[in-house]
Amino acid sequence: MKRELPIAVAFVVGVLMIVSFFFTSKPLSNAAEIVQDWGVIVSAFALGLASVNLIQIHAKKIARGKGLDWLYSGSLIVSMIGMALLGIIKGPTHKTYQFWFDALFVPGQATVYAMTGFFIASAAYRAFRVRNVDAAILLVSAAILMLANVPIGERLWSQLPAVGDWLMDVPNLAGQRGMLIGAGIGGIASGLRVLLGIERSYLGGSSS
Amino acid sequence: MTLAKGRVFSFWLLVVIIGCLLYSMWRAKKGRPISIRKIAGLDAIEEAIGRSTEMGRPVHYCPGIGGIGAVEAPQTFAGLAIMSHVARLTAKFDVPIIVTVRQPEVFPMAEETVRQAYLEEGKGDAYEPTNIRFLSSQQFAYAAALFGIMAREKPAANFMMGAFWAEALMLAEVGSEVGALQITGTAQLSQVPFFVASSDYTLIGEELFAAAAYLSRDQMQLGSILGQDLAKAIVALLIIIGVLTTSAGSDYLSKLMRK
Repeated sequence: MKRELPIAVAFVVGVLMIVSFFFTSKPLSNAAEIVQDWGVIVSAFALGLASVNLIQIHAKKIARGKGLDWLYSGSLIVSMIGMALLGIIKGPTHKTYQFWFDALFVPGQATVYAMTGFFIASAAYRAFRVRNVDAAILLVSAAILMLANVPIGERLWSQLPAVGDWLMDVPNLAGQRGMLIGAGIGGIASGLRVLLGIERSYLGGSSS
Repeated sequence: MTLAKGRVFSFWLLVVIIGCLLYSMWRAKKGRPISIRKIAGLDAIEEAIGRSTEMGRPVHYCPGIGGIGAVEAPQTFAGLAIMSHVARLTAKFDVPIIVTVRQPEVFPMAEETVRQAYLEEGKGDAYEPTNIRFLSSQQFAYAAALFGIMAREKPAANFMMGAFWAEALMLAEVGSEVGALQITGTAQLSQVPFFVASSDYTLIGEELFAAAAYLSRDQMQLGSILGQDLAKAIVALLIIIGVLTTSAGSDYLSKLMRK
């Protein structure tokens, strides 16, 4: 029963959502909306569980007092609880909440995202080392594409942008579409296995 | 109850694809043995965990940063299925596994998957609940927290299987910097090149979805892989018919697909 019930719930809810996507019916779309609302409630409970896990881990670090870990973990717990209380009491649109979000959190996220440029450089260095024919093709195509996208490329050879466009629109797009079709059908197969309870490792334990 | 406008063709195509999958699973259940090609990334899982055992360093696993309520849900489920296999191996070889999670609703599933894997291997006492970590529901806050974990705990094997976005390259590069053997997989096509550039093995698109069947060797699941090939053949046939009819000046198929 511990396994059959979640599988039955997943099947009924999954089929309802699929049918409501394809068919126009008021009772069906109402039922789908209700299920989606339940999903939000379940997510809220899951967020509570996840927060407990976060506090447990960082409370342990504070108790250990190793190096500066206690300071980082303490800051995390204080800011997490502080922002949660502020959001619950004043609401997430309140100016104090917005200030801390915009002045601290947003720049922090932007900083991490901005680091992508440096990571691209190091990954490109590794990817473009000519170790075999595949890597050589990658290097040549990447060099053409990079040149095709900067003004100097067109100055060097007027047809270079057209070659770059062809690389993107023909071989690249063909490969991408092949992968997309395979991934799409793979996704349907994976979903069907979950709905039928054939693939149930997400419930814990072996997959079948 | 009628089919929604613009979704008629896709509904019937879905019915055909599901028909192919069910037929292949039924044939597999009847006893027709099914073998699928080797997937290097999945065969390397044991090697990666063996490496962690030898180096005395942990294994890191991330089942993607996608949730279970959107289009990327199958990737998350595929990531959890592979995680179940990885967790069994880490339990068997007594290597700690660190699982990091971004989506709160994935967290209890990840916790239960790892716990059950340890119990099934008879190593319930070795299961460490604080190694299953919810980091943040915000994309780059999650990434920043994972950078720290990688730098501090230096995993010898890094598995990232599921849906990833802009943080994919950063996470894989950090894994590479700490010297981890990296096995990654995603069906997010825009992230595949980054994983290929930074990882030792990458599961591309459908390989990620096939992983659970490949690792379990369950005939029914392997049957669904065969069904996928059958469905792909039908789609390829549709593409050929589309090319021929469009080249001949007919727009019948494109109109039919828009219905």
